[in-house]
Amino acid sequence: MSVPVSDVILRTDSVTKQFGGFTALKNISTSFQRGAITSIIGPNGAGKSTYFNLLSGALKPTNGKVFFNDRDVTGVAQHRFAKLGIAKSFQITSVFPLLTTHENIRVSAQALVTCFDMFSPRANMKDLDETADELLKTVGLCDRRDRLAGELAHGEQRALEIAMALASRPSLLLLDEPTAGMSPEETKSMMDLIVALGKERTIILVEHKMKFVLGISDRLLVLHHGELLAEGTPDEIRRNEVVKRVYLGQREH
Amino acid sequence: MTLSTLAHAPATALQRHPLYAKLKSHRVLLAALFLVVFPFLLPLKAVAVNILIYGLYAVGFNLLFGYLGLLSFGHSALFGTGAYLCGIAIAHFGLPWWAALIIGTISGTLMAALMGVIVVRTRGIYFAMVTMALSQCVYYVFYQATSWTGGENGLRGINISTLNLFGLKINFLDPLTRYYVVAALVVGALWFLSRILASPFGAVLEAVRENESRARASGYNIDRVRLVAFTLSGAFCGLAGALQAIHLAIVPIETLHYDTSGLAVMMCLLGGMGTFFGPFVGAGLFLLLENIVSIWTVHWQLFVGAVFMGCVLFLPQGVWGTILKRLER
Ligand SMILES: Nc1ncnc2c1ncn2[C@@H]1O[C@H](COP(=O)(O)OP(=O)(O)OP(=O)(O)O)[C@@H](O)[C@H]1O
Ligand SMILES: [Mg+2]
Repeated sequence: MSVPVSDVILRTDSVTKQFGGFTALKNISTSFQRGAITSIIGPNGAGKSTYFNLLSGALKPTNGKVFFNDRDVTGVAQHRFAKLGIAKSFQITSVFPLLTTHENIRVSAQALVTCFDMFSPRANMKDLDETADELLKTVGLCDRRDRLAGELAHGEQRALEIAMALASRPSLLLLDEPTAGMSPEETKSMMDLIVALGKERTIILVEHKMKFVLGISDRLLVLHHGELLAEGTPDEIRRNEVVKRVYLGQREH
Repeated sequence: MTLSTLAHAPATALQRHPLYAKLKSHRVLLAALFLVVFPFLLPLKAVAVNILIYGLYAVGFNLLFGYLGLLSFGHSALFGTGAYLCGIAIAHFGLPWWAALIIGTISGTLMAALMGVIVVRTRGIYFAMVTMALSQCVYYVFYQATSWTGGENGLRGINISTLNLFGLKINFLDPLTRYYVVAALVVGALWFLSRILASPFGAVLEAVRENESRARASGYNIDRVRLVAFTLSGAFCGLAGALQAIHLAIVPIETLHYDTSGLAVMMCLLGGMGTFFGPFVGAGLFLLLENIVSIWTVHWQLFVGAVFMGCVLFLPQGVWGTILKRLER
């Protein structure tokens, strides 16, 4: 029996997020296309990470709902998202610093297989080793295999984090400023990686360096002061007068 | 940086040396060999059994504190429950020693599971306070159940003179024999722990210790991981308590007192939390100090307290943790 797959992989239905009395996000309704690269852009403090955290299940909206493949996932525990097929990387690099690069990916991949097996030696799970080696190749970290993650350069850690996210074989990959703190060359290779990954899965990324994402995105959302200011194709966004005024008018990064 | 990451220095050249890996993979065997000669290295042979028992207790505590960074002030409840239930099995039901040890271990495990269900959601200081409050409840229950536990007089009548092992009669009254029996069980527990740490679940413990939110994002249910670790911790502490009961032939009510909880914290910090042998080293140092210093002054606690503070201030990784780090440099 084949079920028709809808074009929409993820949808938010008027989500609002308040921190105390402060409204970080107001009533955002939109949907994300399957197979596309969608970028969420906006100036500092616009609410991008907050929105991202609602999508990735790290935060629960104060109001509104989030649907993944038409299933209501609002308030579903964070650890279940990996199993649903949603994986993410954090805005602030987040790896297991005292484990090797290989172990970082391996333990991330293990989450799909087992957590509480305490009697078999972990060395037996050869397929996890292979998965980890494959992903090291994907993100170009083969020569860092046995280095501690904490000893890697910043750009390498960001790449590692993406490999860790990929380890759960997600259909939706969420990346919060994957190029944060990167040099222009590193940014370039990260963008190439994202485009390559985008061929096989849906990607939503947050970025405030707008000029980098215009080239690689199928769609963009512009947030400003917690509101959805505009959405559309890169060309539509480039031409949008309101966006120009509040965003492009600022000093470019 | 969390408390627990302090104990884990980055891997050094030595750690990557193949011999180091080989020694590490045989560390339980090495420990067993060491324990064979251990009593003869001590100025006081009688302390050896105590070091084993409290060392095991501190190992159980370390599983939570050292590996997950959870500071419990209620571990006396696990140690005490193991001791009392083992004692009750012998004194009231006349069960054989091995059955009593199993009962002690299981009851420590169950008590931990029960406490764990209540506390795993709490963090930081709340975790410490709630575990302590729960252990006080346990203390009260055992204190009141006089007909079973002897109340404030302690549980007496746990008399075991010979252990019957598959027809083999072992004289448990001989101190050295007793030491080797306890040592064998402790080595068994260490072997079990070492397997757990080398298992997939051990990898999850490492991941949670290193970065809780990343582990959660990878798909691990952190509360569940904590609950399982707490329960396992209870198994080790329960066995330690049960051994204490057959060793002392009495279970004093102080076993459940929060002093006993504090002891685990002290021993762990002294030796080096998050290291495999640190808790044993800590237990050894503490008990030797106590025994030696109390021979020439009644104010031994003052000295032990001073040494403890010195350790925390100048050797934050504990004695064993510092030795390991020196070796690895
Ligand atoms: N946990 C929180 N508690 C209180 N306020 C918060 C919290 N998280 C975010 N905020 C506030 O919400 C607003 C939006 O923050 P958010 O991190 O989503 O911005 P952003 O668009 O990701 O910015 P940046 O580009 O700096 O990452 C900010 O004003 C921030 O101070
Ligand atoms: Mg942000």
